Amino acid sequence: MSTLIKYTANGATEIENAFVSVVDGEPVPQGADIIVSLGRIKAEGEALLASGVRVGVQIEPAEAVEDLAELLPRLALVAVAFPKFRDGRAYTSATLLRQRLGFNGEVRAVGDVLREQAYVMTRCGIDAFVPADGSSAAEWSRAAGHFRHVYQTAADGRTPAHAEPGRR
Amino acid sequence: MYRYDAIDKEFLTDRSNEFRHQVGRRLAGELSEDQFKPLRLMNGLYLQLHAYMLRVCIPYGTLNVAQVRRLAWIARTYDKGYGHFTTRQNIQFHWVKLRDAPDILDALAEVDLHAIQTSGNCIRNTTSDPRAGATAEEIDDPRVWSEAIRQWSTLHPEFSYLPRKFKIAVTASAKDRTAARVHDIGLALCRGRDGTLGFEVMVGGGMGRTPFIGQTIKEFLPATRLLSYLEAVLRVYNRAGRRDNIYKARIKILVSSLGAEEFGRQVEEEWAQIDAARADLPDTELARIRAAFIQPGLEVLPPVSDSYEAARAANLALARFARNNVSAHKAPGYAIVDVSLKAHDATPGDANSDQLEAIADLAERFSLGDIRVTHEQNLVLPHVKQSDLPALFEGLVAVGLATPNINLVSDIIACPGLDYCALANARAIPVAQSIAQRFLDADRAELVGELKIKISGCINACGHHHVGHIGILGVDKKGEEYYQLTLGGSGAEDASIGKILGPGLNADQVAPAVDRLVEVYLAERQGEERFLDTYRRIGMTPFKEAVYVDAH
Repeated sequence: MSTLIKYTANGATEIENAFVSVVDGEPVPQGADIIVSLGRIKAEGEALLASGVRVGVQIEPAEAVEDLAELLPRLALVAVAFPKFRDGRAYTSATLLRQRLGFNGEVRAVGDVLREQAYVMTRCGIDAFVPADGSSAAEWSRAAGHFRHVYQTAADGRTPAHAEPGRR
Repeated sequence: MYRYDAIDKEFLTDRSNEFRHQVGRRLAGELSEDQFKPLRLMNGLYLQLHAYMLRVCIPYGTLNVAQVRRLAWIARTYDKGYGHFTTRQNIQFHWVKLRDAPDILDALAEVDLHAIQTSGNCIRNTTSDPRAGATAEEIDDPRVWSEAIRQWSTLHPEFSYLPRKFKIAVTASAKDRTAARVHDIGLALCRGRDGTLGFEVMVGGGMGRTPFIGQTIKEFLPATRLLSYLEAVLRVYNRAGRRDNIYKARIKILVSSLGAEEFGRQVEEEWAQIDAARADLPDTELARIRAAFIQPGLEVLPPVSDSYEAARAANLALARFARNNVSAHKAPGYAIVDVSLKAHDATPGDANSDQLEAIADLAERFSLGDIRVTHEQNLVLPHVKQSDLPALFEGLVAVGLATPNINLVSDIIACPGLDYCALANARAIPVAQSIAQRFLDADRAELVGELKIKISGCINACGHHHVGHIGILGVDKKGEEYYQLTLGGSGAEDASIGKILGPGLNADQVAPAVDRLVEVYLAERQGEERFLDTYRRIGMTPFKEAVYVDAH
């Protein structure tokens, strides 16, 4: 099972990834927590959500995260996909999940997930990572927390420079 | 001038340390070049033909004395003794070693400079009017808004991996000195009917292989709502901009395919859902930024300096310099001085370390320590007492920086071209020099008047050839350098894209062709018409016939 890094205000920890990503068209494994596509949750949502396991949905960059709005309270997590690390659409998906859709569950980065993007990912409200570069939780934590100050409001809720008490 | 506080300084330290760490990982082989590339690009580091190039950010083209001295030191220590000012009001060093880059960034950070987002598919340096705070023409000081955008866009987490680079310009007066209409977003400060401050918002302008003039999607955006509106534009672009083809990834392609009206509608729809209280800057912060730009030290002077008038009458060279390089300041008795980096034998936009140090000294003595960079690759000393102009002129003459050719035929924008750039098809610098050489007669150049020539060494159009009154594009034809001329472009408030004159010319034919174009203009012009105005009135044919007369 792949390593998962969970990131909170207290730092990063490595945990076992309990979820199985189910490929479209393949049967859902019995009793396992699953991540399915947006298409599948739209088609089979009620059955999957009634099966008693935890359900997450993976959003591809071209998909509108708003389509999940009604289902969100029943989802354990939303995985935002980075097919290539240069594809920045998932940053908007994650931001909207937090700021607009009020999702408080896990937002997980999957795909070409690299330590160099830990900072921007974290700021957009992503709090779980399946790193593609073998990063440890400690390395991830260092990269994500590198900047003492931020210049703008974002989904992580950090206080921007202009609102810091020390601003001159 | 905006001064960095402890927060800004700590931010730069963190950034510099992060990049040092990344360079270390690259040199140790832990990062592939593919993984490292966007990191170095977002720190301004390009791999060019002969070496790395480091592009240093100069926010809205504003520098202080210590910063210019530091740039001079970097040029001398880590480069071959010069730097090159760019059309984004930045400066770049063309002979940098990768292992030195972290040290250079540290040295820059000591004087509040950096290379953040001078490259990469992110929001680039916001450019603005080099006369900000000095000209009476401005509706408001554009530096206030440019600084707000600088902070907002710095390492913006949602918009650091856009489909393509993104450039914003803020212009503040009817005379546009920022080329706002050929930017991804052009912001023009304006007043609403009730006198409130706002912006006209233009999107989708740009050059490259498919040039577009930006279209207005909002006639009046209240100024205090700027950041939330920018967030909406960037979000629509980040989601919908094309990522399958690098040449179709700029926002101009999205705006063009949707239509400006539909794009604007999507922006409005997105904007309506953004929480203004979170996204827009509070008035207190805007006031804090504004206070930083209040210009101290301006004296109350008589509107005319007798000593300057006398010196100008006695010295023809000073008089010529005054006619071409000196403009009115908002404060009586002061002047704005353009410093040309376009001497006929120089590389357009280059300044060597001695010149940079001289500029710093002169700015310290004569311009309240304030130095600006223009998008046309010149410098500006914005706050000079008229009575100091003769001494300043002598100081500029001493270092070869008193070329009296602002806006004239030899004030040419040119990209680095094939002499440096890995993308170029043809050289740009020698072509610029050949034209300047041909118009060495300063009386004739003044007779011709405003004529903006812009040269790009390839279709990426870094030399802005599309918006040159005369544009020159270098192309590669079966291994030979050819130059395609365009006429009628403008990057100013009357923006337009130039049209192709005719078949390409070889390098030797370009300057003579420009000469013939100028002769047609001089023969045809009426009244106060500029070259551009005459072209617009009489059309392409007379110019084309003059250049290709031998081909018949």
